Amino acid sequence: MKLNYRIVIFAIAIIFGISFSMPSLLQTQEGKKITLGLDLQGGLHMLLGVKTEEATKSRIKSIAASIKHFAQKNDILIDGLTFGEAGIKFELLDGDDFPKMQTYLKEIEGTVVKENNLVVSISLTPKEVKKTKKQAVDQAIETIRNRLDQFGLSEPVVARQGAEKILVELAGIKTQAEEQRARELISRAAKLELMAVDEARDARVSVMSDSDAAAYGDIILPDAKNPKHRYLVHEIPILDGGMLTNASVGFDKNNRPVINFTLNAEGAELFGDFTGANVGKRLAIVLDGKVFSAPNINERIGGGSGQISGDYTVLEAKDLAIALRSGALLAPIFLMEKRSVGPSLGADSIRASMVALVGGFVLVILFMMVYYRMAGVIANIALIANLFILLAVMSLFGATLTLPGMAGIVLTVGMAVDANVIISERIRELIYEGKSMHKAIEDGYSNAMRAILDANITTLIASVVLYAYGTGAIKGFAITMSIGILASMLTAILGTHGIYQMLEGTISKSKNNKLWFGIKG
Amino acid sequence: MEFFKYTKTFNFMGKSKIAIVISILLVLSSYAILATKGLNYGVDFAGGTIVQVKYDTDAPIKKMRDALKSNALFNGASISEFGAPDEVVIRMKTTTGSVTTDIGDETRAALKGTGNYKIRRVDIVGPTVGAELKEKGIMSLLLAVLGILVYVAFRFEWRFAVASIVALVHDVSIALGAVALFSIDVNLDVLAALLTILGYSLNDTIIVFDRIREGVTGSKHVELEETINESITRTLARTTLTSLTTFFVVFTLFTFGGEIIHAFAFTLLVGVVVGTYSSIFVASPILLWFGFDVKNYHNKLAEKAKREAEKQRMRDQFESGVM
Repeated sequence: MKLNYRIVIFAIAIIFGISFSMPSLLQTQEGKKITLGLDLQGGLHMLLGVKTEEATKSRIKSIAASIKHFAQKNDILIDGLTFGEAGIKFELLDGDDFPKMQTYLKEIEGTVVKENNLVVSISLTPKEVKKTKKQAVDQAIETIRNRLDQFGLSEPVVARQGAEKILVELAGIKTQAEEQRARELISRAAKLELMAVDEARDARVSVMSDSDAAAYGDIILPDAKNPKHRYLVHEIPILDGGMLTNASVGFDKNNRPVINFTLNAEGAELFGDFTGANVGKRLAIVLDGKVFSAPNINERIGGGSGQISGDYTVLEAKDLAIALRSGALLAPIFLMEKRSVGPSLGADSIRASMVALVGGFVLVILFMMVYYRMAGVIANIALIANLFILLAVMSLFGATLTLPGMAGIVLTVGMAVDANVIISERIRELIYEGKSMHKAIEDGYSNAMRAILDANITTLIASVVLYAYGTGAIKGFAITMSIGILASMLTAILGTHGIYQMLEGTISKSKNNKLWFGIKG
Repeated sequence: MEFFKYTKTFNFMGKSKIAIVISILLVLSSYAILATKGLNYGVDFAGGTIVQVKYDTDAPIKKMRDALKSNALFNGASISEFGAPDEVVIRMKTTTGSVTTDIGDETRAALKGTGNYKIRRVDIVGPTVGAELKEKGIMSLLLAVLGILVYVAFRFEWRFAVASIVALVHDVSIALGAVALFSIDVNLDVLAALLTILGYSLNDTIIVFDRIREGVTGSKHVELEETINESITRTLARTTLTSLTTFFVVFTLFTFGGEIIHAFAFTLLVGVVVGTYSSIFVASPILLWFGFDVKNYHNKLAEKAKREAEKQRMRDQFESGVM
C-alpha cells in the first residue's frame, strides 16, 4: 500500500463532497443548501406579459391632462381637446396665446408638435414610444417585486424574460387562498385617479351610452359597491396615483378599514387648486376604473391627503395599501404561462423519484459487485463519491433541484459506471494478454481514456445545449447531468486509478484475478 | 462473471444487410405513424391547460364531465385517470389571460358538488409561449446535433461524424415513432428525453468508433470490415453491461418514478434499446459503405506525424541557433 497523488485528490474530493452535501442532506440551519424546484416543493410559476401599448396610451392621457391644467391656469382658451393612440388634438381659440402654449409644449419631452390653423396636434416620437414601452416593463418588474417583498413570502423571484415578459416564481405557497391573494396583489393595477364629476350632465347618466359621454369629453364609470350605479366624470383626471407619496390602512369612525393617502407637493397643489375652484361639486375617487366614493367638496382641501373608503376586510385593505404604495402598474399585465403545483403533489414526486433513485442505485451497485467483484466494489466507491460531490457542488451554487433534475441524477448513476466498465474491460483484456498487473492497470487506463473523454464531452455538449435552450425544470436536468459527468471524471477515472495504484502490490501478490476482476486465470 | 469472453470475432458486418433492412423498416414505419397518427403535443408545445385533481374517493369522472358542460370555456375538455383511480387530469385546449381569475379557478368553481377534491396542479400555457417553446425545442435538437457533428468530425474523421449522425437520426426517429404510437403527450420532458438519447446513443457509438480508430491506426490490416468486426466484438461486453445498467435504472424510473415522469422514462427506455442497437448495426456499417479508406487514413496519419516531426526539427534548430 502506498499513497499517490490520485488517491490524495480523491480523498480530498470525498471530504469536500461529504462536508458540503451535509447541509442539504441533513437540512441544517447553517450552510448553503440545494433549493427544491417549484415542482418538488410546490409553488407558483408565472410568465406574465405586459400590455405595453396601454402604457403609451396613458402617457398620452397624462400629457393631455397637463395641457388642460396649463391652459386653465393661464386663461388660455382651448376647444375640442381629444386624445387617442395617435396623439392629442386641440384648437386654440385665440391665436395670441399660441407662442405661450408653444413654449410650454416644447418642454414636454419626446413629442412632435404640429400646428395648422390654430389646430394643434401632438404625437409621441417613435423613440419615445419605445422608451415608454420599455419603462412600462421595467416599472412593472419593479412594482411587482416591491409588492411581493411586502407580501411576506420568502425569496420571490421576479425577473425579466425576453423583451416584454416577466417571470414570477413564488415558492412555498401553501394554500389556494394564499395563491389567489398573491395573484391579486401582483396583477392589481392600483391606478388611483381623482376625477371631477360632470355635474351638468350626471343626472342623465342612466340614459347615456359610452359614445354619448365621449362627445362631452366624459366617461361613465361604475360604482365599486354597486356596479349598477354609474357616474359621469371628466375623462381627464385631476391627478393620478403617480403623485402619491404614501398609503396606509386606517379606520373610519365606524371602525371600518379605510386607506389614507398623501400626495406630493405637485399633487397637493393640483388638489388644492381644484377643490378651491369647485366647492359644491363632487370629486370621484377612482381606483382601477371603479368609483369608490364621490364626496361633495365643502371647501378648499390643502395639505394633500385623502381617504379611500370601500367595503373591504382589513387584509384586503392592507394588500391595497401595499399596491398603492408600490405604485400603479403603468400597463396592465396578462397571464402567458402558469404552473402551479400543490405541496402535496410535490411531496409525492419527491417520494416517487427517491424510490426510483435508490432502487436504480442499489441495482447498479449489486450488479457491478457480482460482475466485477473487487473491481466492482472500487467502481461503487467512485459512484457513491460521485453522488456526494454532485450534491455538494449543487449546494455550493445554491442550484435548484427539479423533478427532471432527479431523473438526471438517476441517469448519472447509470452513466457514471460506464467509465469504470470501460476501464475494467480494458484491464481484463490486458490480463488475458498476459501483461503484468502494473502494465495491465496503467495501459488499461490510458487505452480507455480517449473513449471516455470523447463520450463524456459529446454528452456535455448535449447538456449545455439543453441548459441554454431549456426552460425551468428542464434546466435542472441539464445541470445535474453536467455536474454528474464532470464529477465522474474525478471519481470514476482519477479516483479509481488512485485506488488501483495504492492496492497494486496487494493485487499482484494475491494473483487472484477472480476476486479482483471477476475473471479466471 | 463474464458475458462475452473474447475468443473469436463475430461477423457483425455480415449481418448488417439484414439489420439495415430492419432499421429502414422501423424508421419508415415510424415516419408513417408520425404522418398518419401524428404526435400528440401536450400543453407545453400546443398551448392549453392541464388541471390535476385528486379526490378523496375514486374520481367521479362522469359527474365531472357533466359539471364541466356548464361553461363554454371547457369545450372539448378531456378527463382521464392519472396514475390512480382517485386522481385525474383535465386537459383543455383553451387558456385565459387574466392573472386573478384563470381557467384553473374556473375549473375549481365548476367542479363544486362533485365530491371532496383538491386541485394539485394547474398548468396553463398560452399559445404564444407554446409556439416559442416548440421553436426553442427544435432549435436545441438541431444545435445539439450540429455541435456533436463538429466535435466528432474534429476528433475522428468526417465519415465517422456523418455515420454517428445517421445513427442519431435513426434513434430519435424510432423513439418519436414509439411516442406517437402510444399517444404519449409530447411535452418538454419528452424533449429532454430525446436529447438524452442523443447523448447516450452517441456515447455507445463513440466507444465502438474509438476501438475502430484504434484498430485502424494500430494494425496493418487494410480490410476495414475485419477491423470493425473485431472492434465491435471487443467492446461487446462493455456495450451489453452499460446498456443493461442504464436500462435497469431507466426501468426503475419508469416503474416507480410516478405518473408525472412516465413519458420521460418511456421515451428513454425506447432510446436505450434502439441506441445500443444502432451503434453496432447502423453507425458501423455506414462507415463501411461510405468507403472509409484505411490506406488513405494511414497515409494521412503518417503525413501528419511527418509534419509534426518536421516542425519539431525546425523548432530544435531554431532553439539551438543553427538558423
